Amino acid sequence: MKKTYKIEVDCANCAAKMEQAAKATEGVKDAVVNFMTLKMNVEFEEGADPKAVMKQVLKNCKKVEDDCEIFL
Amino acid sequence: MTSKQKKMLLRIILAAVFMLIFVLIPFDKLLPAPWDGRVRFAVFLIPYFIVGYDILRKAIKSVINRQAFDECFLMAVATVGAIALGEYVEGVAVMLFYQIGELFQGVAVGKSRRSISDLMDIRPDYANIEQDGALVQVDPDEIEIGTVIVVQPGEKIPIDGVITEGHSSLDTSALTGESLPRSVREGSEVISGCINQTGLLHIRTTCEFGESTASKILDLVENSGMKKSKSENFITKFARIYTPAVCYSALALAVLPPLVRLLIGMTPAWNTWIFRALTFLVISCPCALVISIPLSFFAGIGGASRQGILVKGSSYLETLSKTKIVVFDKTGTMTRGTFEVTGIDPAEDNDFLRALEAEADSQTGRSLEARLLEYAALAECHSTHPISRSLQEAYIKDLVNGRETTEGQIADHTAIDHTRVSDVEEISGHGVSAVVDSVPVLVGNTKLLKLHSVDIPETATRPAATIVHVAVGGSYAGTITISDVVKPTAAKAIQSLHEMGIRDTVMLTGDSREAAEAVAAEIGASDVRSELLPQDKVVAVEELLAKKRPADTLVFVGDGINDAPVLARADIGVAMGALGSDAAIEAADVVLMDDDPLKISKAIRLSKKCLRIVYENIYFAIGVKLLCLLLGALGIANMWLAIFADVGVMVIAVLNAIRALKA
Repeated sequence: MKKTYKIEVDCANCAAKMEQAAKATEGVKDAVVNFMTLKMNVEFEEGADPKAVMKQVLKNCKKVEDDCEIFL
Repeated sequence: MTSKQKKMLLRIILAAVFMLIFVLIPFDKLLPAPWDGRVRFAVFLIPYFIVGYDILRKAIKSVINRQAFDECFLMAVATVGAIALGEYVEGVAVMLFYQIGELFQGVAVGKSRRSISDLMDIRPDYANIEQDGALVQVDPDEIEIGTVIVVQPGEKIPIDGVITEGHSSLDTSALTGESLPRSVREGSEVISGCINQTGLLHIRTTCEFGESTASKILDLVENSGMKKSKSENFITKFARIYTPAVCYSALALAVLPPLVRLLIGMTPAWNTWIFRALTFLVISCPCALVISIPLSFFAGIGGASRQGILVKGSSYLETLSKTKIVVFDKTGTMTRGTFEVTGIDPAEDNDFLRALEAEADSQTGRSLEARLLEYAALAECHSTHPISRSLQEAYIKDLVNGRETTEGQIADHTAIDHTRVSDVEEISGHGVSAVVDSVPVLVGNTKLLKLHSVDIPETATRPAATIVHVAVGGSYAGTITISDVVKPTAAKAIQSLHEMGIRDTVMLTGDSREAAEAVAAEIGASDVRSELLPQDKVVAVEELLAKKRPADTLVFVGDGINDAPVLARADIGVAMGALGSDAAIEAADVVLMDDDPLKISKAIRLSKKCLRIVYENIYFAIGVKLLCLLLGALGIANMWLAIFADVGVMVIAVLNAIRALKA
């Protein structure tokens, strides 16, 4: 399953870091962050609960770049 | 500017003012010996913290989170180091200019983001429905299929549908880049995202909001960045290796030379080398690269969509720029895909036509050709077969040229006087026999005329077209040629591809060899394969793919009907005039919103321009940085040059990237 989320982040490098963090989160098969359109596209693994996974993704993203936001 | 950016600007101005004042105050003359330095240190911390407190905070956080080696960390180390060495002005200036650069970048990115979302401003916010005689605004998501919605002048059509009432002209420029308004009336199909310009329209929806054209296109554009190009991935990887590498080299630069000097008995000169290492750090900041590459692609995709060319991702833009072979479909891509009367050849010896001509000559002066077409069109006036439609349309066009006819009569064919026609008999696979003005008329193929034992003289026939034979009053009266018409810009489109250095332009078609070759010759295609079934087209494309060099790109252009497998198989599939064709939008990598073949070369040209900008930025940024790093290590470059290498390069690269927006 794929879902797109709106995000808020200040720099391109930070967006890349968010992408890394999201990818490393459990339940996420793949994630792409587009700094230009301020969108995060997440592909979830089979059977994962998007809501719970995204909470964790946001937590992990905050860890690498605390000035970021994902609008869930 | 956002409020965040305004706040930043204020901080920058404040810090700059403080810095200038403190630079001008001669502390050493005003205060006694140990105090002047201390006061100077203290006052310079004021602008430093004003402008850089958030950077310092982020740098500390990134160390705590083990995310060292980011920009903030580099800047924090460099500026703290400079201040520790007593270079207060430089320390504050580096932070100041770094923030100016960041602010500039933020504003530039925001601006291009907005200009692109403005041009893709096709998202309808509401739909009007009539309830108890009053218009009510509702969420377009709630509209069911078959609901009648009302669109007022100046509003966007929210959902695809058919007009049930009213007529107007539509501005389709947001969708197609085409500036000419399209006139629509009752019965016309309309797509969402168009702007209703003049009249009130009632539209019966034919799909749900989510399935509407506007929603689909927005979805496509918004997800376009998700497929990242090689250059973008390269830069991300590069930055990940580059920043730590530079940090370690800076450390080495600070420690090793003084140690070596110490060993060979010279003074270690710690300060000089540490300062050089700090300069090194400032220069190395990778932001120019990290921002300008995705920005170039983003601007390139945005500039293309302004022209009605939707590119599904930066990786496709990159691949498209390497196009060497263009393969295209004939019908609907290079030709209109509709039949039109292209030739009328009346027989010289038909008595009825002759008699009619002689009689009518003095009154209307209409030609033999017009008479023949009139008979054919009248005989076919009840048929909806594509060939009949084309005869009727040609006849109506002829009438319009002769006398006044209203637009409405043309559209619904009421201009044809049905009362002149009787005894219509349609013989499937043959044609039509009818009585027009009490004269028996036959319109159809050879078989039909043979059936009624009318002799067809041996005449020159055009092989690439459909021939309709006409008999009037029981004897042969002539032929009408009907063929698919090549789009007016097709030849120019192929020519511009050739001018770009794309030598191979291959046309694939299911049509007969004669028809295919005639069209290929007319438009100037370099190769043609005819009589192909849809699956043969895939095989043909695979053959061409196998022959080309791996670095070259093969582009397939089709109108989306029956060629989704080929679109998917080619390196780049371009769907043309794809509005409304879901399969094509799915399968294609590039979608041309209207059906002008010139857009193919335009798309390739845009992609080349964008990629040129990307490479300019990569070479320029890395080049300047390496040069400055070298100068910095040798001690030739000072902190001010380092600031240029960081912020200046970034500003130039961003300005260059924005050029891709202008198509």
